[in-house]
Amino acid sequence: MKTAAQSLLKKVPAKDAKLVMAHMYVAFAALAIGATMGLLQVLERTGSFQLPSWLGYYQVLTVHGVILGLVLTTFFIIGFMFAAQSVTTGGYSNKERTAGWIGFIMMLVGTIAAAIMILLNEATVLYTFYVPLQAHAVFYIGLALVIAGSWFAVWVIVLRHFRFRKENPGVRTPLLSYMATVNSLMWQIATIGVAYSTIVHIIPWSLGLTETVDVLLTRTLFWYFGHPLVYFWLLPAYMMWYAILPKIIGGKIFSDSLARLAFALFLIFSIPVGFHHQLTEPGIDPFWKYLQVVLTMVVVVPSLMTAFTLFATFEQRGRELGAKGLFGWLKKMPWNDARFLAPFVGMLFFIPGGAGGIVNTSHQLNQVVHNTLWVTGHFHLTVATAVMLTFFGITYWLVPSLTGRVLTPVMNRMGILQTILWGTGMLIMSGAMHWQGLLGGPRRSAYSEYAGNADTLAWGPYQIAQAIGGSILFLGMIVMIIIFINLAFFAPKGETEFPVAEDHPNAAPTPAIFENWKLWIGITAALILFAYTIPIIDIIQNAPPGAKGFKLW
Amino acid sequence: MNMHKYEKVWILIGSATLLFFLIVVGVSAFYMGNQPPSCAVTLDPEKVREHQLFKEPGLTEIGDNEYQLTVVASAFDYDVGTDDKVVQIPVGATVHISATTTDVIHGFEIAGTNANMMLEPGYISTYTNTFDKPGTYTLVCNEYCGVGHHLMYATIEVVE
Ligand code: HEM
Ligand SMILES: [Cu+2]
Ligand SMILES: [Cu+2]
Repeated sequence: MKTAAQSLLKKVPAKDAKLVMAHMYVAFAALAIGATMGLLQVLERTGSFQLPSWLGYYQVLTVHGVILGLVLTTFFIIGFMFAAQSVTTGGYSNKERTAGWIGFIMMLVGTIAAAIMILLNEATVLYTFYVPLQAHAVFYIGLALVIAGSWFAVWVIVLRHFRFRKENPGVRTPLLSYMATVNSLMWQIATIGVAYSTIVHIIPWSLGLTETVDVLLTRTLFWYFGHPLVYFWLLPAYMMWYAILPKIIGGKIFSDSLARLAFALFLIFSIPVGFHHQLTEPGIDPFWKYLQVVLTMVVVVPSLMTAFTLFATFEQRGRELGAKGLFGWLKKMPWNDARFLAPFVGMLFFIPGGAGGIVNTSHQLNQVVHNTLWVTGHFHLTVATAVMLTFFGITYWLVPSLTGRVLTPVMNRMGILQTILWGTGMLIMSGAMHWQGLLGGPRRSAYSEYAGNADTLAWGPYQIAQAIGGSILFLGMIVMIIIFINLAFFAPKGETEFPVAEDHPNAAPTPAIFENWKLWIGITAALILFAYTIPIIDIIQNAPPGAKGFKLW
Repeated sequence: MNMHKYEKVWILIGSATLLFFLIVVGVSAFYMGNQPPSCAVTLDPEKVREHQLFKEPGLTEIGDNEYQLTVVASAFDYDVGTDDKVVQIPVGATVHISATTTDVIHGFEIAGTNANMMLEPGYISTYTNTFDKPGTYTLVCNEYCGVGHHLMYATIEVVE
């Protein structure tokens, strides 16, 4: 029998929950496959383990990058944003939900098509698919389908936000809904670049309709998408940190306005910055590289705001519970609650992750680390730890809430174990990657002794450390999959709430300007045009003869 | 919208530090000439060997302790002009490196130095490096280029 208190719990409506769960199954299947590939990589790179002859290192690495970097993230994020939007605005109409399912099926079909080509060794081009390495056309068509499917999803989210506004005139939109809309719009604006490059340049070329392709133009369009991609991963974690975590610790949102301001700034400054991935490329003028370096660095400001807000939230809650002194709040936090611990450890990893990011984008300093394992170490801190641990933390309540179950104390303890395994494994693996990168160790490389010189031989111990860290991570993945399966199918039935934090009672009202989308999108578009128009004209006008395709695997 | 006093201080100090940092980076780039490798000189990727720079790759002395090193990368090899893939450079020499690729994208990284750039079909990548410390350095490819990617290398010996 339902009691009054239970029916008041915030939950995703049943029909929407099914759509969200569909995304979660794909995401966790991707985690299982991808992390297994990760284990194979770290073992191969020790030099004492050989992959079977039918499985190439770079094939494995292509699977790892595509399935974790593109599939796991996209499916989880869209599922989570669908859920957050549904819960805060009151659910989707049948039409909206159907569009959501169409998007899901397109993404799934695209993923399967790309996966088959990778398994057939027809697409060993890594997840960045830089031309003129030429994969089978079906691989690119699959990726294009994933992007097109994601457009359905993000438009469902955006349009639901606007329907809420129309139906509730004068009411401030829910914070989570606002944030999901920012991330969706950013995705829409950013994916235009890679979709155009794939559909107009790469697919015709891989089908043999055009003979050559413009290498620099396609790379530039890829990175126009590639940097916002990393913010597309990060912002859902921020949604959790700003607007959900306070509820989990029993506190309130620190400031609704500051949260919206931070998100608006991320929208503006995430896109016109792709050149920081192309700093060591020959075809781009250094002035425009520097300009985009400056624009990149502006995100330091909302990042500082975020750091302040989060720790202020913790401290505020700690003091409510009677904490004294500067660090007294630390004692009051629910450390034995996996729903708190996982995202909190994620946040801690984001501090060195962010600092390393500043190194990467520092115009000259980039040359020291570009394409070394330092970079791989960097994004295993940011996306594979800060973001992933937050997503795991979300899973602990989102999945039981969707499936009508509860997280048992045993599963909670498993979650704590998971966090410890993932944190420890990543500390070791990513630390060793950073260090080896500083010594010059290249990324994306199978085991090699090169010329046998002392400098490259010195990398051996770091690769062994990566194998140790990677093995611990693999165990962490197994624990996570067990928890997921339990929460999806076996945990006891019950009611779990989708936690949504509320404003502080004496919070000042949020200025209406944050809801002025014309303004924010206008500024975003203007900055993109400013940062990219002249360099792209340059790239096209000064283009060398195009490149023919190569299949070198 | 009101901001906590401490938050204002925090953001202000953060932004001021950032501004100072960007100025340092900018002065270093535009006033002291420490730019990342950019060149924007193009060639036909199918006629690399006909280009005057790349007819005979390798090390050439062009001045007082000043050298030019041209390298042609292709899957999965660096042509540095010698059969054993070893280039000897006198310590302290200033070396102007020019490199390009005949097929796909390759990396060009002399491990342990700042010489690190992308080689893209149709473009010449250049960077000037001074080799101040004697020793043996390995030139490695740091952009995936195919199955033999990790087997691309050459050796730079910086000798007294
Ligand atoms: C069991 C856990 C994991 C292990 C052992 C692992 C290991 C590795 C290793 C060793 C590499 C570098 C290989 C190379 O450059 O040759 C790598 C690359 C990568 N990893 Fe992971 N990783 C794990 C989890 C993750 C997760 C959770 C994500 C993302 C959410 C991720 C995303 C990536 C990406 C995007 C690359 C780059 C691939 C490329 O350069 O093409 N990894 N991983
Ligand atoms: Cu970036
Ligand atoms: Cu290579």
